[in-house]
Amino acid sequence: MSPLPTTSAAGPRSDPVAAPVGRVRVTPRQVVTDTLVLTRRNLLRNVRLPQLLLFSTVQPVMFLLLFNFVFGGAIGQAIPGDYAYIQWLMPGLVIQVATFGAGQTAIGLTEDLSKGVIDRFRSLPMARAAVLTGRTLADLFRNAAVLTIMLAVGFLIGFRYETNLLGFLAGVALALAFGYALSWVMATIGMLVRNPEAAQSAVFLPVFPLVFASSVFLPTQTMPDWLRVFADNQPITVIANALRGLMLGDAALLAGQDTAGQVLESLAWIVGITLLFGGLATRAYRRAVS
Amino acid sequence: MPPPSPAATPAPAEGSVTRPAVVRVRDLVRTFGEVRALDGVSLDVQPGIVYGLLGPNGAGKTTLIRVLATLLRPQSGSAEVAGVDVLADPTTARTRIGLAGQFAAVDEYLTGRENVAMVGRLYGLSPAEARRRTQDVLERIHLTDAADRQVGTYSGGMRRRLDLAASLVGRPQVMFLDEPTTGIDPRSRMDLWELIEDLVEAGTTVLLTTQYLEEADRLAQRIAVIDQGRIVSEGTADELKDALGGAVLEVAVGEDDRAAATEVLERVGGDPVTRDPARGRLRIPARDGSQTLLAAVRALDDAGVRTSDIALHRPSLDDVFLAVTGKPVEPTPAANAEVDVEDPDATASRAARRGRRPSRRSRG
Repeated sequence: MSPLPTTSAAGPRSDPVAAPVGRVRVTPRQVVTDTLVLTRRNLLRNVRLPQLLLFSTVQPVMFLLLFNFVFGGAIGQAIPGDYAYIQWLMPGLVIQVATFGAGQTAIGLTEDLSKGVIDRFRSLPMARAAVLTGRTLADLFRNAAVLTIMLAVGFLIGFRYETNLLGFLAGVALALAFGYALSWVMATIGMLVRNPEAAQSAVFLPVFPLVFASSVFLPTQTMPDWLRVFADNQPITVIANALRGLMLGDAALLAGQDTAGQVLESLAWIVGITLLFGGLATRAYRRAVS
Repeated sequence: MPPPSPAATPAPAEGSVTRPAVVRVRDLVRTFGEVRALDGVSLDVQPGIVYGLLGPNGAGKTTLIRVLATLLRPQSGSAEVAGVDVLADPTTARTRIGLAGQFAAVDEYLTGRENVAMVGRLYGLSPAEARRRTQDVLERIHLTDAADRQVGTYSGGMRRRLDLAASLVGRPQVMFLDEPTTGIDPRSRMDLWELIEDLVEAGTTVLLTTQYLEEADRLAQRIAVIDQGRIVSEGTADELKDALGGAVLEVAVGEDDRAAATEVLERVGGDPVTRDPARGRLRIPARDGSQTLLAAVRALDDAGVRTSDIALHRPSLDDVFLAVTGKPVEPTPAANAEVDVEDPDATASRAARRGRRPSRRSRG
């Protein structure tokens, strides 16, 4: 497949009948327009089928309530410092929700692929990249909506940030950025399995070990050494730490860690994953459709 | 019956007014693993007509459409649509084509209007222009009443109509329709046929694939029969039928009159008489059509032969299909409505990409 053309010397692609004989090129501006058109289309699905958004919100809220009220008492003993478990849990759950939400990217893409929608898109003079960018952007907005609802419930049952509003919002933004990076991982998985049902299960394969073998729900100190090495160095722990630093302050971190360091490390993970899997997803997409 | 001669590189019929072809295909080859889905296909489509690609499952029809719609690259050969080389310059080609596939690729949770307008935006129209043309298109397909309902509430036929119409918003010069009526009820099929005829009247060229002879016969000005990745016969429906031997006169007579009737018919027709083994009827080529019929009726009457039936038969497209592909036709559309519309070509290609031989293809 030809690479996405980016030259801007374009005739209008607007009226094929009157189109000039010269080559039609997809301009960078059209990449943006087409991305937004498809983002809107993907988001409308959530608006028109509110049960979709409802059920994707119910699960994180359930996690929040179960962990806080069922396990919270016991786990709370193992939390460093004097934090109530809800304080420790909430930043972790924010990253967990953003991670699980990214799986929607794979499911949405494979559904479009199996229904012939992507064939239709590819036969149009639109920016090809927009199929992927429009999907990941829509999933970012969707993730933000789910997070907002879950955070509201969190505040209701007692969560309070201990730094300031800016730190809190920066934490949410960091989690969303990580969710966006993961959307490209999920897009790659989706393009490799191609089938919506298979995608449903495939996306959880990387997600479960990453979320549970991390500091999302409880500190890593109680894990066996071999697991702890993995847990401490994988991106979800790094980002959970960064979120705790941003929302609760340096006191919530282990000795030797500081918020700025964790945030920088998180950003490195986010940029790295986005670049790597952005490329892989684009390649997998081209192969899946030709 | 001599089979129609295989079409070599198609040349426009001599004596006809030749306009430059709007679709030009030369020697296309596309393989999936060991399967040669396209095995050297060449064809020309004149502007302003419906051109039918007729063939059994897995013949290569969908693969050809996918190449022309810029979805698939062939290993070799060339293809030009509306003056644009689809392989060298797919983006420009996409501004001039429309595609409606075997699935209604419309979004259930958007309204009909939103679906069409979105495609308009992706053709590069401004929001206002997309809105305006969407209204035109919806009026044209008589879908204005349901335009603001979600497509999830539409019938299968309405979805297909919307799917087809969505492309019209970009005013394509050439529409590719891949089995547009597979799996829908007869009433909706008639509606779609009318829509396709309207399209052509308005100047669009339509290239459609079908498994249904009735559909090709009704819609297509020219037909290519495709089998195992090759075009095995090409022409108008009448040319294809005539190539099978033209009209045949059939006469049913009693046992006692058979010898006399045979003698009379051979004198009138100038050819040896054959006997239809199933029903015992006498058959003779009717070179002059109804004139042969009239002459035969008079001569049989003069000779005092009593006939119980006498009729002129033309070969049907069914006969053509059987003769050139060696396979019987698919069941009629009505019997086939609401079936699974899995795309055999895509199945073959997916299987081949996974490195397996597709199992569904039986090679004759």
